[in-house]
Amino acid sequence: MGLWEDTAFLSRVLTLLTLSFHILYATVGVGVPLLIMIAHWMGIKKNDDHYILLARRWARGFVITVAVGVVTGTAIGLQLSLLWPNFMQLAGNVIALPLFMEVFAFFFEAIFLGIYLYTWDRFADQRKHLLLLIPVAVGAALSSVFITIVNSFMNAPQGFEVLNGELVNISPLLAMFSPAVPTKVAHVMTTAFMTSAFVLASIAALRMLQGSKHEYHKKALFLTMKIGLVFAIATALVGDLAGKYLAEYQPEKLAAAEWHFETSSEAELILFGVLDGEEPKYAIHIPYALSILAGGLPSSEVIGLNEFPEDERPPLWIHYLFDTMVMIGMWLAFFSLVFVVGAYRKWKFIQAKWMSWLVLASGPLALIAIEAGWWFTEVGRQPWILRGYMTVSEGATGSDQVGLMLILFTGLYVILGIGTVVVLTRMYRRNPVEKELALREEQKEAEVE
Amino acid sequence: MTLEIIGIAVLWLFLYFYVIVASIDFGAGFFNAYSAFTNKQHLLTNVIQRYLSPVWEVTNVFFVFFFVGIVGFFPQSAFYYGTTLLVPASIALILLAIRGSYYAFATYGAKINHRGYIYMYGLSGLLLPAALSPVLAISEGGFMQLENGEPYLDYWALFTSPLMWSIVVLAIAAVLYISAVFLTWYANKAGDVKATDLLRRYALIWALPTIITATGIIYELRGHNFAHYERLLDFWWMFALSALMFIGTVFLLWKRRNYGTAFILLAGQFFTAFFAYGISHYPYLLYPYLTIYDSFTNESMAIALIIAFIAGLGLLLPSLYLLFRLFLFDKDYVKGKSDYHV
Repeated sequence: MGLWEDTAFLSRVLTLLTLSFHILYATVGVGVPLLIMIAHWMGIKKNDDHYILLARRWARGFVITVAVGVVTGTAIGLQLSLLWPNFMQLAGNVIALPLFMEVFAFFFEAIFLGIYLYTWDRFADQRKHLLLLIPVAVGAALSSVFITIVNSFMNAPQGFEVLNGELVNISPLLAMFSPAVPTKVAHVMTTAFMTSAFVLASIAALRMLQGSKHEYHKKALFLTMKIGLVFAIATALVGDLAGKYLAEYQPEKLAAAEWHFETSSEAELILFGVLDGEEPKYAIHIPYALSILAGGLPSSEVIGLNEFPEDERPPLWIHYLFDTMVMIGMWLAFFSLVFVVGAYRKWKFIQAKWMSWLVLASGPLALIAIEAGWWFTEVGRQPWILRGYMTVSEGATGSDQVGLMLILFTGLYVILGIGTVVVLTRMYRRNPVEKELALREEQKEAEVE
Repeated sequence: MTLEIIGIAVLWLFLYFYVIVASIDFGAGFFNAYSAFTNKQHLLTNVIQRYLSPVWEVTNVFFVFFFVGIVGFFPQSAFYYGTTLLVPASIALILLAIRGSYYAFATYGAKINHRGYIYMYGLSGLLLPAALSPVLAISEGGFMQLENGEPYLDYWALFTSPLMWSIVVLAIAAVLYISAVFLTWYANKAGDVKATDLLRRYALIWALPTIITATGIIYELRGHNFAHYERLLDFWWMFALSALMFIGTVFLLWKRRNYGTAFILLAGQFFTAFFAYGISHYPYLLYPYLTIYDSFTNESMAIALIIAFIAGLGLLLPSLYLLFRLFLFDKDYVKGKSDYHV
């Protein structure tokens, strides 16, 4: 059977493609409302037009990303049933509740986003308008919480029993609060805020590299880097907890990520390297680090991959994904710390051109880390779609037209990706901040007269 | 009333809302394109954009609500419909994605006014109901077989079936009719006489094909699924009520008065017909494989979903009210006196 006839494989590729595309927009969609809110609030508090304009211009760009996020989110929502009907039939009995609640959160966000966008300057009191943004930010955050709960269930299913192939004793609430939930939800939220902050910092850096000397960009840069720093540190802390969660509940994922074959205490952490059979080559070995990551002490025992039957092991290449995610995360935390401290102490090199280049890189880097992290978590639970209960190939559709759909959706995402970039650059290029600020000044003078 | 009935009633209600708001959206795109084609675009674009911009995302959520809800309440439907609908639903998704993102790109972003895009947007509004409506035909049975326990769709039978094509034609005609009636009312509120006249004409034009195809489908069903046809006749009084409201709408449009009442009557016409059809379909989700009873989720999940639903509505209804008050019933906004776009 060629891969082109293998519907389970094709369904995996199509799901991977849709989700990988969607999470770029979804991450920004969860994080940016908070940043808009902070900028808007600072503008009102400091009575500084620059921050108000920052909120306004971010909001304009945000709508474009939300639109693509909404349509790709609708796609993945329906694809779950189209590509994985057997899985949805089984899991629907247990995990429908958070899925349903996600739609309400999404509803809530959609309603207030529409209102926020179309009531700028409509209320005499600016604070009223700011209030409208709270349900947007809360709705966006809550929908990410609920959907992550669904994903956590797939990693650590609970809240039901299997009796003669039938699901019995179902408890929707128990299924919702699986052990994977706390670390997963916290990690998704903190990385979303972190990534959004760095993406917006990148934009400010880009404008400065293009030669704009305006105060506005410096304010934007400093604000976003500060927020980025806070959430980068939070991400690192939560990441450590996530490692401990894996060691306890999904040891095969952690073992595959770290090429840890034999169960042992005082386990070393392997950085980089390539695998030759069971021997990592060219790798950096950090003694005890894996034990500390897994259990908090150098003496903690870490379960090795050899404890698992061969057909239940995740692929070993997830090590590279894990490394990518962790390295980028560490770098961003370190870099933003240097930047923020440097900016406070007015160190010269903060203004240097190479520094702007580094800031410019941080947004895309954070997005790459998001992709790597999700691929790691998803590929890391292979071969299961519902860990311990259903494999991926058992969950896939029996339809033989998945290949054709894969081609169609690839085309769609190419169009949407190009469209986003073209529209966003056009939008900001035609209306640079200098022009908009000048216009506002004129309006104000006209009002005074 | 059993939990199953509550579940399906809730979903049917949301599907009804989606049909109304999506029809307005799809039809608006088509009328905008048609008026561009006949060089009358300047008449309609403003009215249409002023309504659609703040609400298009909300429209989309009604659709998501329906398919998430049906999988939640009736997980087995994911197995039957998910497997068979891969192709039509994927096509609908792609159209929906292109349409939604294009709308955002064009109106919030680059202000593209290229005619090619406007035509494509308008056309996609007609293709979408066409892509979604086969589901209704499939639910009548006769197009799906089980092979080794896997359901598969007989495309040849489906595409040669007069029933499916009547449903497609009805969907398109109804979309244009609902949209035109609503926009007539909205344009009239905006005090835009020319747009009102044009839209009123569209509404009157599309009224006839809507009612003819709707009647035709009842006739088609007689040959296709006689049991369902007989149950439909049991609810003749609901269809009669629906027809009366239809006459009321057309009468008011004809006389150029009370456009608001005309739209309410139209909503009532579709509400009664939609529910009469739904009730007569009972107890089948997919004739004859799937009833609402054998596909229903377990009791604890059903209760949890209904509680979540009530709590969700508690948030949703006041928010929707606020949205409508700010954009639909606010005179200054409707008339476009000031632009508050971010």
